[in-house]
Amino acid sequence: MAMWQQEIETMPREELEKLQSERLVWQVNRMYERVELFRNRMDELGLKPSDIHGIEDLHKLPFSYKQDLRDYYPYGLFAEPMENIVRVHASSGTTGKKIVVGYTRNDLDAWDNGVARMMYAIGLDNKDFVQVSYGYGLFTGGLGAHGGATKIGATVIPTSSGNTANQIQTMVDFGSTCLCCTPSYAMYLGEAIEEAGMTDQLSLKAGIFGAEPWTEEMRHAIEEKLHIKAYDIYGLSEIMGPGVSYECEHQCGMHVCEDMFIPEIIDPDTGEVLPRGSKGELVFTTITKEGFPLIRYRTRDICSLNYEKCACGRTHVRMNKPTGRSDDMLIIRGVNVFPSQVEEVLLKVGSGITPNYQIIVDRVNNNDTFEVNVEMDESMFADDVKSIEKLEKTITNELRSMLGIGAKVRLVNPKSITRSEGKAKRVIDKRKI
Amino acid sequence: MYVKQISVFVENKFGRMAEILNALAEKSIDISALSLADTSEFGILRLIVDKPELAVEVLKEEGVIVKLSDIIAIAIDDTPGGLAKALNVLTEANVVIEYMYAFIGKADGKAMTVIRVDDEPKAVEALKNGGVALLTTEDISAR
Repeated sequence: MAMWQQEIETMPREELEKLQSERLVWQVNRMYERVELFRNRMDELGLKPSDIHGIEDLHKLPFSYKQDLRDYYPYGLFAEPMENIVRVHASSGTTGKKIVVGYTRNDLDAWDNGVARMMYAIGLDNKDFVQVSYGYGLFTGGLGAHGGATKIGATVIPTSSGNTANQIQTMVDFGSTCLCCTPSYAMYLGEAIEEAGMTDQLSLKAGIFGAEPWTEEMRHAIEEKLHIKAYDIYGLSEIMGPGVSYECEHQCGMHVCEDMFIPEIIDPDTGEVLPRGSKGELVFTTITKEGFPLIRYRTRDICSLNYEKCACGRTHVRMNKPTGRSDDMLIIRGVNVFPSQVEEVLLKVGSGITPNYQIIVDRVNNNDTFEVNVEMDESMFADDVKSIEKLEKTITNELRSMLGIGAKVRLVNPKSITRSEGKAKRVIDKRKI
Repeated sequence: MYVKQISVFVENKFGRMAEILNALAEKSIDISALSLADTSEFGILRLIVDKPELAVEVLKEEGVIVKLSDIIAIAIDDTPGGLAKALNVLTEANVVIEYMYAFIGKADGKAMTVIRVDDEPKAVEALKNGGVALLTTEDISAR
């Protein structure tokens, strides 16, 4: 299959690592100059930019964390003046505050290239019709896929998310050949299409699915239902958005755009870099990003890296599907949810005390269910139905505005939430991912 | 002038009502009246019993949320139109009824009704002036 940027994508590793080294040194120097937090952390470690000669020194550099984005909200970590920032995106932080990232024109171009590489790698080109059913907006999914599809000259069909009947009709009428959405929505669409008996009317050949964890079984089910090949894409807005890594035609791990991002696998407890092939926490350093660069960003995703050359000819390292998190973040219907966010809502509603609660996540008919059980206490109990229903509704609404997704709130008896060693278990994730 | 009412938060869970009622039965607590307000998610059980304080204690031990409150209870003739007459008194006084439930006394041919209103003192005054008999917890248990 054709490659979008063949020279870079197949660059011999030695050369690639040289390029990474040069870019890392460049990035460290400019960030030391421009980003106060980074400079302070370097100073604390007694490190000067001149101590960093190449990727062999990467492990010396300080980590950065999601909390940093919150502490320096909204623009405190940007490395370019705002007049050079042409776009911002945002996602949920660990608490109520969003985290904000910014892009220069070059950053957007690089992002488009990342997604474009994937689209070529799975056999798309300017003759294809790419239906983008990721949400458009502050979330990076919609505009990320949109940019890549535009880059390769495909015809973009920007349906955004929701309205399943309309999605299907559009897919049929406009002749979509590639679908971009979350895997669970792809399953849902697949079932709806099957039910409507419209499978034969589809022109789909490929799907680009990401933003939430999914299994090989799910891949097979989607491929069977939609008669397509289903490809995994990975990304996070802190680093760029979808396209940080992606599957090629061989579906055997996601190629990291290593000319832009250096991945490392570390022990989440000690911070030590683990030997090649080990499973651990994925850490990224953005070596070309201008607007919002990060050094050694802790993604909290647990996975491993495979440095073997891929059958497709690309030399860029492949990461395996993340198998878990080193923090308590949940991904529900593609949205990041932290228990601390739920806690913050309950604290507000519970007039200063956080009631005991439990989050129960499951996947029913390929849709994530999200339940929040809240233990009632006397201060929350009134003698009439109206005020209890109002309380339930307030919690539901506050959760929706905090998280952007709906939760089923259930008020339960005091002490009815199971405790182990006196501590309530906050999250029960019944999904088998 | 008022009777004591016990309100219980009832989680929508199989067997929950029976658990609550068994706990009361064990302590020989006599229930005179009962109403259950139910939604799809939970219920509120309201009880008039002979030993309200004991009932609260027992239920709290059961780990349920209980509230004890004063509520108006009236005795009316157990004849057609008896309740309507009493309610007319409240309507005329502009008292809003939030909920009510009725039960029939054992002995004296009277029907009893528990009424939650928005303005208790106003309701009491209107009922008194309207010649409607107000009951106390003792009245009900001594029936």
